[in-house]
Amino acid sequence: MTRTATRSPVEPTTVRQVEAPPPVGGRGRRRLLDQARAYAFLIGGLICFALFSWYPAIRAVVISFQKYTPGSSPEWVGTDNFTQVWHDPEFTAAWRNTLVFTLLALLIGFAIPFVLALVLNELRHWKAFFRVVVYLPVMIPPVVTALLWKWFYDPGAGLANETLRFLHLPTSNWSNGTDTALISLVIVATWANLGGTVLIYLAALQSIPGELYEAAELDGASLLQRVRYVTIPQTRFVILMLMLLQIIATMQVFTEPFVITGGGPESATVTVLYLIYKYAFLYNDFGGACALSVMLLVLLGAFSAVYLRLTRSGEDDL
Amino acid sequence: MTTRTLLSPAALARPRGKAVYWTVFTGVVVLFALAFLFPVYWMVTGAMKSPDEIAQTPPTIIPKHWHLSGYTDAWDLMQLPEHLWNTVVQAAGAWAFQLVLCTAAAYALSKLKPAFGKLILGGILATLMVPAQALVVPKYLTVADLPLIHTSLLNDPLGIWLPAVANAFNLYLLKRFFDQLPRDVMEAAEIDGAGKLRILWSIVLPMSRPVLGVVSIFALVAVWQDFLWPLMVFSDTDKQPISVALVQLSQNIQLTVLIAAMVIASIPMVAMFLVFQRHIIAGISAGSTKG
Repeated sequence: MTRTATRSPVEPTTVRQVEAPPPVGGRGRRRLLDQARAYAFLIGGLICFALFSWYPAIRAVVISFQKYTPGSSPEWVGTDNFTQVWHDPEFTAAWRNTLVFTLLALLIGFAIPFVLALVLNELRHWKAFFRVVVYLPVMIPPVVTALLWKWFYDPGAGLANETLRFLHLPTSNWSNGTDTALISLVIVATWANLGGTVLIYLAALQSIPGELYEAAELDGASLLQRVRYVTIPQTRFVILMLMLLQIIATMQVFTEPFVITGGGPESATVTVLYLIYKYAFLYNDFGGACALSVMLLVLLGAFSAVYLRLTRSGEDDL
Repeated sequence: MTTRTLLSPAALARPRGKAVYWTVFTGVVVLFALAFLFPVYWMVTGAMKSPDEIAQTPPTIIPKHWHLSGYTDAWDLMQLPEHLWNTVVQAAGAWAFQLVLCTAAAYALSKLKPAFGKLILGGILATLMVPAQALVVPKYLTVADLPLIHTSLLNDPLGIWLPAVANAFNLYLLKRFFDQLPRDVMEAAEIDGAGKLRILWSIVLPMSRPVLGVVSIFALVAVWQDFLWPLMVFSDTDKQPISVALVQLSQNIQLTVLIAAMVIASIPMVAMFLVFQRHIIAGISAGSTKG
């Protein structure tokens, strides 16, 4: 509005100039109109991004230096939140659990879909069936998956121990044991998410030119050597991308520990995001929650930057 | 697809190759059935067992008596119709808002050359680097007290709908698709006097059906599957979506009834997946190779 207001005094001259080519002022007015139109399309999305992405990111940093309780005015406390969170005994546990979870999810949750995709790519029958079945768990709501596995892990009549008894193996405490709880959650997360990894990796495998395998075979490469020297180098970029995506996703794990173990037993499954939730909604300490968020943000931001860097450079290669 | 893979067709044609192939094939079928289908079967039939039977060890593979009362009890006792309806409203609204606002914004960024367009796009893409979950607490505080207008969107579906629009991934997907559309068709329409909205509606959108389908599915699935955000937004039990309600109610409800409710909660997304499986699987596979 202000821009058009400042422009109106010039208008009489521009109207006269319209007859004479080139229409300098007319073009300027048109450009302004084009801009107004462009922003009319853009504004809704822009407001949402500003409110729910950019503003919260800035606010996380601001509040992490404040004593903040909703309703009362915030108070600057310097780095108190960070030191306080740092000395929380659950802080170390949360970061250790999150990192171990991420690492285990990478070892188990990446090796299994990798091998599955390799095998599926060799099968010439029932292709659609395999793809649907492997992706089915992804489509089950995560809350249902978590509750389902909580039931499987039940020490009484749970399916997990029943299977072990059936096979005459010693039973386990699963999610109820301090040493086994975290790995039990990794199994759940792997079961629930490997479908996506398998499908993406399968697509990458199909883009490998067949001649490479043929040449390798003529050179006398065994099956494992072909995997080592053809398949992996050819899909190196997708493997790296999937790994980073998985790291970013598993570092933010919340639903599984919240639903299955409640962070227990003895903080064995408290994750960073769970601790953030606890600070905000149990302790009503939003400053502490934001201090933790900032720490997570910096770490994940670094991973994401690497990820985006890789996807960009990968595009350039193509 | 007859491209050659790890194994050569010649090796597979040999009798030994054939034997190995069919052994592996059977193994994979059994593995998939046990690992992915059996848990689902266990859930669906577990809900049909009697409370005594489900607690019994060793368990029965097939229910001795088939009860539907688990499902009917879940439907009535856990107020499933209400929570399912809440979820539908939240998902549908988020989908609609996202489709309208993200499409419009992506169209503007791709074709209308707004001033500072590069900067805005950069700002949107930067949010891809900031994983959503790490920001839930400040986002919650923003939604609880919107700046300038000081309104709270808590316990309001708008608290799901509007933040859903800030989805950089979907917006970027749309923008990149619009970038690839041929220019000449749009220029011809402009010469014929079509306005920007008309061009978007009659030319761009009909040509963008595939990407709109992918974005729609992503948008619906994301809201239906989400847990932490609706847990924060809806403290009011009557307004909670099914995912939050299930967890809240899981503490003090009979196991068979809970399992039945879990099955019911899974049906919409699984059904949608089975109907659109070709498109969904193709979308995921294509998304990987094209970034």
